[in-house]
Amino acid sequence: MAAAARFTVVGGGLAGLMTTIKLAEAGHHVDVLSIVPVKRSHSVCAQGGINGAVNTKGEGDHPDIHVKDTLRGGDFLAEQVSVKGMCYAAPGIIYMLDRMGVTFNRTSEGLLDFRRFGGTLHHRTAFAGATTGQQLLYALDEQVRRYESEGKVTKYEYWEWLGTVKDEAGRCIGSVALDLRTMEIRTFPAEAVCLATGGPGIVFGRSTNSIINTGTAAGRAYLEGALYANGEFIQVHPTSIPGEDKLRLMSESVRGEGGRVWVPKKKGDTRSPRDIPDSERWYFLEEKYPKYKNLVPRDVATREIFTVCRDLGMGIGGKDGVYLDVTHIPAPTLDAKIKGVMEIYEKFVGDDPRKTPMVIFPGMHYSMGGLYVTFEADSRTLTPAEGSPKNQSTNIPGLYAAGEADYAFHGANRLGANSLLSCIYSGMIGGPAMAAYAKNNATSAEAKSDKYFADAKKYWDDRFATIKKMAGAENPYQISKELGELMTENCTVVRYNDRLKKTVEKIRELKGRWKDCNVLDTGSVANRSLSFTNQLWNMLELGEVIATSALLRDESRGAHYKPDFSLPEPKSKDPTQDPEWMALWKKRHEKWAKTTIAKHSEEGPKISYEDISTPVLEPEPRWYA
Amino acid sequence: MDTAQASATTKTVTFRIWRQDGPGGEGHYDEFRIPYSKGANVVSCLMEIQRNPVTVQGKKVAPVVWDAACLEEVCGSCAMNINGRVRMACSALIDKLEQPITLEPMRKFPVVRDLAVNRDRMFEALKRVKGWIPVDGTHNLGPGPRQSPKDQATMYVLSTCITCGSCLEACPQVTLDNAFVGAAAISQARLFNMHPTGEMNAEERTRALMGPGGVQDCGKAQNCVKVCPKEIPLVTSIAAMNREVSKVLIKDIFFKEEEKKGHGGPG
Repeated sequence: MAAAARFTVVGGGLAGLMTTIKLAEAGHHVDVLSIVPVKRSHSVCAQGGINGAVNTKGEGDHPDIHVKDTLRGGDFLAEQVSVKGMCYAAPGIIYMLDRMGVTFNRTSEGLLDFRRFGGTLHHRTAFAGATTGQQLLYALDEQVRRYESEGKVTKYEYWEWLGTVKDEAGRCIGSVALDLRTMEIRTFPAEAVCLATGGPGIVFGRSTNSIINTGTAAGRAYLEGALYANGEFIQVHPTSIPGEDKLRLMSESVRGEGGRVWVPKKKGDTRSPRDIPDSERWYFLEEKYPKYKNLVPRDVATREIFTVCRDLGMGIGGKDGVYLDVTHIPAPTLDAKIKGVMEIYEKFVGDDPRKTPMVIFPGMHYSMGGLYVTFEADSRTLTPAEGSPKNQSTNIPGLYAAGEADYAFHGANRLGANSLLSCIYSGMIGGPAMAAYAKNNATSAEAKSDKYFADAKKYWDDRFATIKKMAGAENPYQISKELGELMTENCTVVRYNDRLKKTVEKIRELKGRWKDCNVLDTGSVANRSLSFTNQLWNMLELGEVIATSALLRDESRGAHYKPDFSLPEPKSKDPTQDPEWMALWKKRHEKWAKTTIAKHSEEGPKISYEDISTPVLEPEPRWYA
Repeated sequence: MDTAQASATTKTVTFRIWRQDGPGGEGHYDEFRIPYSKGANVVSCLMEIQRNPVTVQGKKVAPVVWDAACLEEVCGSCAMNINGRVRMACSALIDKLEQPITLEPMRKFPVVRDLAVNRDRMFEALKRVKGWIPVDGTHNLGPGPRQSPKDQATMYVLSTCITCGSCLEACPQVTLDNAFVGAAAISQARLFNMHPTGEMNAEERTRALMGPGGVQDCGKAQNCVKVCPKEIPLVTSIAAMNREVSKVLIKDIFFKEEEKKGHGGPG
């Protein structure tokens, strides 16, 4: 390999841009492929903040406590070495963003301010109003633009990644991509390729995700032999506003800044919330979790809200929905700290949340699972070894994954404000890993036979020509909607095996119907139905992985909750004081402390399990009461 | 009867949508009628049309092409002309719009297809003004400079620009083929010039706003600030950068005078 090599990064969110910056900074050339201008990537939607144990509030916070909160929050399924590396890198990452000009909120002394978030008792979350993701994305976008103007980065915006180009040994030596404007298909040779393509929210139809988050790239990589891990772990955010087109997120920072969740004590109370006196309100999270109160981890809060609405029938007006109340907080404080979300509620619901409690309900939000990646541990620090080519690498040599597209950092449930962090951290170690991989390679991708590239291009030219001729009876957008409803109904908060079995069967039916699709559009410019029809197949594949993985995991852990396989409530408030329960927990844990791994086959996903390794922290029962 | 009531009685929503098969071509309007649903916005209706792309006349047509991503007014994708006014489609609630709802692409950007336009000029403008903080690197170098909460509040608002293009669309000085950078980029130059580190390169950014297409092309119509979905004080930004430009111009004149007098050399 030449000293300066050519790489491809797919996706222009935080993970992709950080990977790009690391490669460009090391003198390499990067082609960035993104289906939208990178500044419009989904990272822009993150609201609350980014975690890092900077410990400026005199609380004795430390990266080790951040590690513990994260691993416990993920019910001990996260990859421990990467989590430790991430938490230790976090303060430096926040400072780097600060130097890049992120408009973080400040204390009166001019220092970075930090707020509370779920699953921790510390003020650990740096924030820029309630649009932290937007501000972080812009900072990285600006740095990449700087490299672009220096000729070190070439952006291909409105380009969709279709698949890999592999050599005879199965190494990824480049990509095939589609220009979403001209519909041209071409290949991109690369020493290594990183998929930083985000999560699969649109597989669930309506979610808090941007409508570009179809998971198509991860789905395609899976079809090409990449392993997909922990697909069943889907985070349902406790607080979103249901909408026709999407579920709009109401950030956890609303509760971090003092927002309270409640329902009227009287079932079916028809009074306006402001007329209900405090004594007649049921603050169910505060009551059940006196220590963490409204800031229990997301999976816990979501299940409680679900129970209140669906099992007890105590939702507002007997329907799905509970109050999220900030009316006790002065409006100027709300505007200084969470104006972004206040405005979203105001614009889309029409009520002013500063005056009237918001009505919210859980909504699909994030995938903890994703493409399986590895890490090489530094045996001294138990963090990912610096510059190891193994870090963030999938099982396909030369193919890397970072950000929400990888499975590693969040286990069975992600803590709020850890996603921006994991995106940036995975890019910070992924970029150098790709460079190291290329350095170790004897022949460069560009020196490889043209045949590999010509064959790959031909495959995709033919496939798109075939799809463009599809003139059946099915509308692809309708199939996508039905997939979303099916997944939301059966693969979110509460899961039952009989329903999951039916879900898998129905997804196979939808795959059959896909073959009878009508592409709807024969145009030769910006033919979105054509690209979407291709994406839809990959979405169906991922849906099958998620549902099958959920079906086979017979336990409750983090976001994956099966009432039929849950442990009973322990007899003591502290479960470690109940030896019988501890024995049950231990047995269950030993059986399921495993990473779910899905491998594609013609008959459907082949699921296997890999024991988790616990060099950093020994698992214990996860308990927040 | 207000429009909300009207649509509730008829239980349908009617759209008149600009169709154009590609850049530079001819175009026409298609009319669609879809079932009304409460809380719907322009994007949710376009999605409904995707699932059944049939016009009022019963003609099967290709689904409408438009740009959208976040649907919560933070990604900047879905700006278009709705009933003749530029705005974000995701936050355009049907209940508040008069029907038929006319959707047209922005006119100050080349049309890609239907309602989708090419906004590359905005990103090029960000390059022109060097809209970034030139950091030394991404390795650990400790925290950035301290800033007062007051400065943060000012900069935060400027930094919420979503590059949607509304300000350019509404600006009488911007045309399809001229070089005026527009309010968004000028405001970004102000943002980076305000930052304690960015200030070190302030003159470079200010100079980038001099000459053709620069801040002095602004005709002070003040339309930009009226249409900005993020309510960014764009006129204030333009005034601030105008002052910066004037300062640099005066400095240039002064130094040229000095040079003429022969005092201008190094040291």
